[in-house]
Amino acid sequence: MMFITLLRIELFKIFKRPRTYIAFGAIAMIVLLVQLALKVNGKDFIQLYTDSQSDTFEIPYESMNNGYFVCVAVLHMILIHVPLLVALIAGDMISGEAGLGTLRLVVGKPIGRTELILSKFMASTIYVVMLLVWMAIFALFGSILLFGSGDLVVFREENMHLMNQQDVLWRFFAAFVFAALALTTIAAMALMFSAFSENSLGPIVATVCVVIVFTIVQQLKVPLFEQTINPWSFTTHMLGWKGFFYVEKTAEGVTIDGSVENPASLVKSAGVLLGYILLFLTVTVQYFKRKDILS
Amino acid sequence: MMNTIIRVKNLSKRFGDLQAVDQLSFSVSAGEVYGFLGQNGAGKSTTIRMLLTLIEPDEGEIEIFGLNLRQHRKEILKRTGAVIERPDLYKYLSAFDNLRIFARLSGMKASRKQLMDQLEMVGLAERANSRVKTYSQGMKQRLGLACALVHDPGLIILDEPTNGLDPQGIAEMREMIIRLSRDGGKTLLVSSHLLSEMEMMASSLLIIDNGRKVAEGKLDELLNPKTALVELAVTDTRAARQLLGQTDWIHNIHEKSIRLLRFEMEKSRIPELTRLLVSGGLDIQSIRPVHSLEEYFLAQTGK
Repeated sequence: MMFITLLRIELFKIFKRPRTYIAFGAIAMIVLLVQLALKVNGKDFIQLYTDSQSDTFEIPYESMNNGYFVCVAVLHMILIHVPLLVALIAGDMISGEAGLGTLRLVVGKPIGRTELILSKFMASTIYVVMLLVWMAIFALFGSILLFGSGDLVVFREENMHLMNQQDVLWRFFAAFVFAALALTTIAAMALMFSAFSENSLGPIVATVCVVIVFTIVQQLKVPLFEQTINPWSFTTHMLGWKGFFYVEKTAEGVTIDGSVENPASLVKSAGVLLGYILLFLTVTVQYFKRKDILS
Repeated sequence: MMNTIIRVKNLSKRFGDLQAVDQLSFSVSAGEVYGFLGQNGAGKSTTIRMLLTLIEPDEGEIEIFGLNLRQHRKEILKRTGAVIERPDLYKYLSAFDNLRIFARLSGMKASRKQLMDQLEMVGLAERANSRVKTYSQGMKQRLGLACALVHDPGLIILDEPTNGLDPQGIAEMREMIIRLSRDGGKTLLVSSHLLSEMEMMASSLLIIDNGRKVAEGKLDELLNPKTALVELAVTDTRAARQLLGQTDWIHNIHEKSIRLLRFEMEKSRIPELTRLLVSGGLDIQSIRPVHSLEEYFLAQTGK
């Protein structure tokens, strides 16, 4: 019962802080900018990917540049930056209160420290989900409204994946759920850093630095990292949502509706992310339970 | 017979090389204002944080309301209200929202009227909806007290409650503390480094220095003990010291300055002391029992 009370208090605090709305504002602005760019220069954007194939067959630029296509483009562009927005809230959850001095008043109340950490984690997760719902409203439904719907074409290096429009919505839903899992991993890591610090800037910067370092390591694509770090790096698995837009094809090259190319890889990525969440959360709880509150 | 509300036994806490609290034992009786006196860094806040489970002691036992703190933490904290150092509340929230949050955290689902009454009690009802960041230090202090009292606790722990307050604020806080004990029957543990404040509100006192207990007792017993601290001004302190050292009723003699000796003795024997000094041919400039808490504190801590 106390957990629910704590969760409600944490959510109340999150949504009473002006900085919370920076993230929502930033997402809305970025999505609108991408939508505007694709509305004006959609054809040029698609040509970047289809140059090599435009000699082979005629590309239907107008119908390709539909709401679903725009939404995938938006997800590609902004999901990599959303961790910063998540860190802004989750990284402040404990350290911000320590810096403010409220932590000593809260911990001195008849509540469990584990309950407190779990409620903060759950509140961060709810914040992440709300951020993604907000993104879905703008990026998916907003794009459908502005660009209309149609079959979805997704480019992947030299390949194109074509999906019937009836086979698309569930993929977006699954991709958003997966993105929620990925961003919850970031939230759990930021919360862990937050438990070790007494000012909110440190955990936010630390979280962003870790994401940047592992993203760079992943993008280097050198055998040393490909074989050692990348298979277990959470930044590798955070991009798993893309897998829902890579479809399986028949021998004749026809898309199989409802299929994904590599379901095992999706399950593995989800498992790795869940493992990281569990690890970060366990470290946070175990450390915080024994921590002397000196702030 | 008075109930003991807090019983602390051999409490110790070390931070690296610093022994913050060292084998500290004391007890607080029901309904009293228990003053916890010591200079900055003496170990008061560390002790209070251990009483509130913010810091884990290295050794020692804490019992509050007759229950072991480690085993009955939640039960004890439900009946305890505290303000630790500055009452740092959520600055971006209103006083009302802060109070509602701390009521919930204390396990109380307070109605709007109850919360407003509480704000009324500390004189903040008119500013209930203002954000705390617009409050003065005195207002924050009063709101902190409201948050500590909102669930009607039996034990109230206040760490340096008058810090940062102007003289009027200090007087108001003192008044409130006395009222809570006298009219509300609450037990209060109040820490301070301000001796004069303690003298005006505490009924019992614990003096600590370098994490160790220096003295504990009822305020009037500490100020008017059977064994008094006496300051003797003489022209020849060496001869006086030698003479006093020959008796078995004068203890802990030390030179405070070249013309001043300080020692402990039974107050009733001051006439006997005078006769002894005169018969020893010493020129007495003054004999003065130390009375004020400040002098007592300085003498006990050797500062």
